[in-house]
Amino acid sequence: MSKIEYTSVQGKSPAYFGLLGTLGLFILAGLLAAYYMEHHGHHVTGMTNQIVWGLPHVFAIFLIVSASGALNVASIASVFSKKIYEPMARLSALLAVSLLAGGLVVLLLDLGRPDRLIIAMTHYNFKSIFAWNIILYSGFFVFVGAYLWTMMDHTVYGYKKYAGFFAFIWRLILTTGTGAIFGFLVARSTYDAAILAPMFVIMSFAYGLAIFILLLMATYKWTNMELGDAVLRRLRSLLGVFVAAVMYFTIVFHLTNIYETQHHGAEKFILLEGGIYTTVFWIGEIIIGGILPLLMIFAPGLKDNRNSLGLISAMVILGGLSKVYVTVIGGQAYPLEIFPGYEVSSSFYDGMTYSYSPSLPEFLLGLGGVAVALFLVVFALKALKFLPMSLSDKAVDPHAK
Amino acid sequence: MKKSENTTDTTATNASRRDFLAKAAVVGTVTIAPGVLLHQAARAATAEVEVEVVEVIELDAEPDKNTSRSTRPLDQEVSDKNRWGMLIDTNKCARGCTSCVDACNEANGLEGKTGPQDTQYIRKVTLKSKSTGHETSLPLMCQHCESAPCVDVCPTGASFIRADGIALVDRHICIGCRYCMMACPYKARSFVHEDIKNQKLSAPRGKGTVEACNLCVTRVDHGGLPACVEACTAENHNAMIFGDLKDPNSPISIELRKYGGKQLRSDLALNTGVRYQGLNE
Repeated sequence: MSKIEYTSVQGKSPAYFGLLGTLGLFILAGLLAAYYMEHHGHHVTGMTNQIVWGLPHVFAIFLIVSASGALNVASIASVFSKKIYEPMARLSALLAVSLLAGGLVVLLLDLGRPDRLIIAMTHYNFKSIFAWNIILYSGFFVFVGAYLWTMMDHTVYGYKKYAGFFAFIWRLILTTGTGAIFGFLVARSTYDAAILAPMFVIMSFAYGLAIFILLLMATYKWTNMELGDAVLRRLRSLLGVFVAAVMYFTIVFHLTNIYETQHHGAEKFILLEGGIYTTVFWIGEIIIGGILPLLMIFAPGLKDNRNSLGLISAMVILGGLSKVYVTVIGGQAYPLEIFPGYEVSSSFYDGMTYSYSPSLPEFLLGLGGVAVALFLVVFALKALKFLPMSLSDKAVDPHAK
Repeated sequence: MKKSENTTDTTATNASRRDFLAKAAVVGTVTIAPGVLLHQAARAATAEVEVEVVEVIELDAEPDKNTSRSTRPLDQEVSDKNRWGMLIDTNKCARGCTSCVDACNEANGLEGKTGPQDTQYIRKVTLKSKSTGHETSLPLMCQHCESAPCVDVCPTGASFIRADGIALVDRHICIGCRYCMMACPYKARSFVHEDIKNQKLSAPRGKGTVEACNLCVTRVDHGGLPACVEACTAENHNAMIFGDLKDPNSPISIELRKYGGKQLRSDLALNTGVRYQGLNE
């Protein structure tokens, strides 16, 4: 493979500014929503003392998990020396830090006291996995930032392999930490499982890659640059492996709960009796996010069909949001089992399924986070040279057929 | 003379004995009478009998078991010499009675609203055994665990256990992430969803932070009882005993030693400061 030439987008067209402007409006709406929630308190949201983490957390966790996975392409190039991924490493790392920034903005603005960010950065309880996550998120920016630097500055190019390796390890720890936020919740039978940590890692692989594929195809289409089938074929197969792995972990997680008597109630709730959560689980997580993408990815007739790959990626993202929704909201909606063997009732909603109706501000805040991530990418693509001039089959792999 | 004197002595002794027996009979009658009247009171339903019923309750009144209080001078640091806890006898907890809840609301300046976003430090829970149908009522609040999950998960250390075992939230460094609410096995914590008006000076609260039962820490520090315990005792239900778990002679320790007490979610091994009796299926 010859030397890779990188370029930036011109960014002078009305379409470019239209895109930035649209994303800017979403960011503004998100910020206004956050201000509204901060000013009036979480009273104006659908969150309660029963469902304490709502839609903003779904968006935040999805973005943070995806951020880690978006780095996959770069890691495969640098750590596992797969040459075909090499040209896309910069874009992969850019998307990773942007998604993380978007997710963190949502997480921060959903705090009861977002003005106390400095306290979160200066007071650490090292037994808290949440505190560790704050360090892991900050470290991710540092490591991936350094990695990008080694990729883009030829004076430090020699350190690229090391920077890529550390970023790879760091992001594995990061997503393990994100999964552990739920895995360590010993009191809730819908969580309390070590498998959640590796499941989050594999979820990150799938969701991050799906977002990367959409970004890649959109960018090369809108900039009229060449994107060959060889790259997309690889990414398509890789996505298939990751989606299958998510399904595997999901099955093992639920089978384990079905085996353990004390988790029967919670499992029955998610799989059969949870109303909206059961629907989102089967339709969103399993069918749209798992079975259909797998069938389409490995359908011979759709091998080089780009529209289908776009649709598959969108379905994986939708399925991912569904999975995070069922995990975060559905997991809380099932009542705590404080008194096993009893029917329980109280003024504090003990013993009953908790209901949650997300409010508009929550939704806008979540979308605002997505917009922040995309805005950063679109802006950076103009500011610096992230895009290889060509990803044609000939450019990436002279032997590709 | 001697004999006469002896006779006189004997007579005097007999008189004294008779006198004693007569007095004893009077005292005995006075002592037993209420008990006899109790028997009658149970059968009759006149106003006169009701008076007797009041007397009976007084006779049956339990000794005060809430004598274990803090004696620490306020200028002295809190130490781990004490561990404050509570023992709740569910057999004595009256169904439908909300004295403890009302007293808690009053003491902490809570409005007593019960919407899904409203704060409740303590609530009455009704349990019905799935196997026997037996119904139980009990108050549920922060269990003041020794190994508290809320403390473990709190990123900033705002959730903490005071040296004397009371679980507290430092509202100055709580960032409102609600992770402690996710972690609490007892759903004991509430998030302040909106601005708070008419706060009590002794119970500061803050929008955007998490709060829960603090065992009425200010009252305890001043040698008093948690408001819920005081109210339960005032209602003569005596279902709640407060005291020092580390003092082997405190009524709560004696009671626990004699009859035991159950920890909720004991499988989690959190060593709760609040224990329950009478939770039988």
